Amino acid sequence: MSISADTTMVGASEPVSPGLVARSSFAHAVRIALRRNKVAQVAVVILILVVLVGIFGPLIAPHDPSAQDLTARLKPPFWLHGHAPGHLLGTDNLGRDVLSRVIYGTRISLLVGVAATLMSGVIGALLGMVCGYYRGWVDTVFMRLADIQLSFPTILLALVIVAVLGPSLWFVILVLGATGWVSYARVIRAEVLSLRSREFVTAARALGVSDLQIMWRHLRPNVFAPLVTIGTLQIAAMIVAEASLSYLGLGVPPTVPTWGGMLATGQLYLRSAWWISVFSGVGILLTTLSINVTGDMLRDVADPKAYR
Amino acid sequence: MAATASARLRPTRSATGFLRRSPLVMFLLKRLLQAVIVLFCVATVAFFVIRISGDPVKALLPEGATISQERTLRHSLGYDRPLIVQYLTYLKGLLHLDFGQSVFFQQPALDVILNRLPATIRLAAAALVFALVVAIPAGIVSAVRRGRATDSSVMAAVLVGQSTPAFFVGIVLILVFAVELRVLPASGTGGFEHLILPAITLGLYSAAMIARLLRSSLIDVLGEDHIRTAKAKGLSPLRVIFANGLRNAALPVITIVGLEIGSLLGGAILTEQVFSWPGVGQLTVQAISNRDYPLVQATVLFLAIVFVGVNLIVDILYAFLDPRVRLS
Repeated sequence: MSISADTTMVGASEPVSPGLVARSSFAHAVRIALRRNKVAQVAVVILILVVLVGIFGPLIAPHDPSAQDLTARLKPPFWLHGHAPGHLLGTDNLGRDVLSRVIYGTRISLLVGVAATLMSGVIGALLGMVCGYYRGWVDTVFMRLADIQLSFPTILLALVIVAVLGPSLWFVILVLGATGWVSYARVIRAEVLSLRSREFVTAARALGVSDLQIMWRHLRPNVFAPLVTIGTLQIAAMIVAEASLSYLGLGVPPTVPTWGGMLATGQLYLRSAWWISVFSGVGILLTTLSINVTGDMLRDVADPKAYR
Repeated sequence: MAATASARLRPTRSATGFLRRSPLVMFLLKRLLQAVIVLFCVATVAFFVIRISGDPVKALLPEGATISQERTLRHSLGYDRPLIVQYLTYLKGLLHLDFGQSVFFQQPALDVILNRLPATIRLAAAALVFALVVAIPAGIVSAVRRGRATDSSVMAAVLVGQSTPAFFVGIVLILVFAVELRVLPASGTGGFEHLILPAITLGLYSAAMIARLLRSSLIDVLGEDHIRTAKAKGLSPLRVIFANGLRNAALPVITIVGLEIGSLLGGAILTEQVFSWPGVGQLTVQAISNRDYPLVQATVLFLAIVFVGVNLIVDILYAFLDPRVRLS
């Protein structure tokens, strides 16, 4: 009874043709949606700026982010009385340039966000594809595991693991990457379950195309849209998770400039130097907000029925 | 399908046979079993993670401790026994609600946690009240005035609420209300005024989520035929929204509210840390920085029990309210 339901559902949002058509039509639909959606345009522009700042950080940062100047501690941003020349957004408790630290923090946040998302995306997509295509005991085992992981706030375990292993950028990426696979696996599995009974897959199988080939050439392009959508939204979640760990002092080593770490330091000096925490917080907010707006737009394109 | 039908035709012989055939009982048992498995996994992962870090005993001792001091501590903590024996002892203890001994506080970990629990419950309750008071009117207004300026501003606020990490919300609130306006305390506990900022910080994300869900659920319902009928009968718009619309839109929202209670209780670590709120979340961070590993293990498991337990209760209540859930 489920076959007809699945076909109509997929048919409504995806073209029936296999291969790259699905992918390019998704890109086309995104372009059209973007042309109509003013808010998403702004978000994409901000996002591009943030990424550029992340990539070219060392070139645009006016100072070395860890260079201390104890004669210019806690200086305010340039528009306030008593600012130190050369420090646009002021200095922190050790006289380090806040603007440069926010710029370098962008690099760390984006690195963790993208790397952890890629890792969990690859794990999740592979598992989802294998579970949906082969079903059987593999499917049962991993979907149970997904249930277990969903019924528990994994950030708590990530916290303990990172705390115990010691602060390290790579541990943070590994732990966040290893715990983020569930949403991909579930969605990709559901897509593949409905795709595998479609004509082009049956035809490919009848022609003797191997399972791996079917998954790579025929299924992968068709799960592209949900994959990109979840991935985009997850980057924001990963950035917040990294910032949370760093805020608690459990993420990357304290010498590395991170937005979360700056917020924690800034909180200690909130009464005398609000700029330390506010600018790093604005960095987080701009990034997550623009990613979420973009992701919502992608989701509307990929699945017009899900407007939650 | 056929198997179930034939099973139903056979007469029930025993009480267990009856129980096995009741979908509700099967549903409850399945959910209970799942909850136990989750908790078992969390307990196991927490146990082994803390031990792969190397030697917890070395981390506990001050620099320059003698070998005999190390041996005494190791023995008193039971870390000189084989790993598997430690693990089994730990699991056996859990069955008797023995969460181990806090090294830092020198008392049972459970007692330390239970001391902190009232603060966490108070904060979670206040956050929930805040979330509901904000989200219900916001969701209704935005669904009724769909597509207009009010709706857009509510949805923009929802997006900001969902994108801002709790610690930044908290810091901004402290900056505005404690540092600049000096009307509310920045941290600690005490009277009602101490509760306001932490509750807003913790409840903001839930408020955004509930408002968003209520809006989309209400928009769905308001488009249905029975609403058109009610309107056509000449009922007042307010009556249609409250009596016909809200009642039908409430069920998915109630589920999410229930699940949010679990996250509010189990996920208050950041908010508690921002406001130095003496709850279980702050205790977890303290235990981590004190390297009090038995206590870390206990708090993680305890928060997991609260989270899983609340979700289980919500699921069970939901199954009683909506028969479709347990039959699916």
